[in-house]
Amino acid sequence: MVLTNDKIKQKLVEKFGNMVSGFEEPYGMFTFQAPKEMNLKVIQFLYDDVELQFRFLTDLTAVHYPERIGEEIAVVYHLHNLVSNTRIRFKVYTDAVKSEVFTASALFSSANWQEREAYDFFGVNFLGHPNLKRIMNVEEMDYFPLRKEFPLEDQTRIDKDDEMFGRG
Amino acid sequence: MRPVRFNIRPKEAQIGDSLMVAELPEGHMGEGFFATSFDKVIGLARKNSIWPLPFATSCCGIEFMATMASHYDLARFGSERVGFSPRQCDLLMVMGTIAKKMGPVLRQVYLQMAEPRWVIAVGACASSGGIFDSYSVLQGIDQIIPVDVYVPGCPPRPEAIIDGVLRIQDLVHNESLRRRNSEQYTELLNSYGIE
Repeated sequence: MVLTNDKIKQKLVEKFGNMVSGFEEPYGMFTFQAPKEMNLKVIQFLYDDVELQFRFLTDLTAVHYPERIGEEIAVVYHLHNLVSNTRIRFKVYTDAVKSEVFTASALFSSANWQEREAYDFFGVNFLGHPNLKRIMNVEEMDYFPLRKEFPLEDQTRIDKDDEMFGRG
Repeated sequence: MRPVRFNIRPKEAQIGDSLMVAELPEGHMGEGFFATSFDKVIGLARKNSIWPLPFATSCCGIEFMATMASHYDLARFGSERVGFSPRQCDLLMVMGTIAKKMGPVLRQVYLQMAEPRWVIAVGACASSGGIFDSYSVLQGIDQIIPVDVYVPGCPPRPEAIIDGVLRIQDLVHNESLRRRNSEQYTELLNSYGIE
């Protein structure tokens, strides 16, 4: 049973029409996007469909694109079909100010901690998440460190020589 | 073939080469007595039997393992007894990157140590955050606990760690017995929020 990228695309378009878009195949990995309100419907369809059977969430993360006004935060799901050993990538985009995405933790238990991580670093508010709090960083932290507006280094320091850190 | 060499001029064995003898402190000596101050005797005794507590989180800890092992042999300086309980140890050796999340743990370990206690920050990360100029890494452990000696290097060689321990020995040797009761010391601890 071979599950080709064309087959996946055909099934998705059949089901969701023009709601799914942005089809790409970087390094042969099928990638597409959908509106953020649709994320659970799409993942559920990919899970339930007898041919698609994407029943393993390998990764869930976020990316910040400051230049994409109004949809700065991308939430990326990596899904795996364990029968045909096929991997796909599914993205939803959301606003940076009010970044709210429905949680996938009801469908995949592994999404619980990964969504907490995405919240910790990018401030994505996963609606319906059972325990959305910081997982990696100190709890007192009052910002989301991997958003691009926060520089990696502490800008107030004077005791570190800029030349040594490649920013002289 | 590699030529075989014989040491035709062996060095005469000297007892002082293999045995370290502490020098007698200043004092008054006569027939059957020796008088000196407590400062000097206690300093001498403490200095030559420091119990280190290794707090190793990364590669500097590996260098410390080499320092403790037979080749570099920290035991030569009376510090072979590594204690893994902060209650029993005199010297907290912090080796490696301390993440901000690890900060309270390190502080707790420091607080559990009994006075007198000393702290050595081994390597760039423990001293200043090192290359990790980042949101998650503590920029030097002296932000949370007072440090006596800093050992530079990334990681420092075992010789450097030994040198740091010797600097600690100097401090221990010359420390006044009243230092830990002094106002300055209380002030120092208070500046770290330690009562």
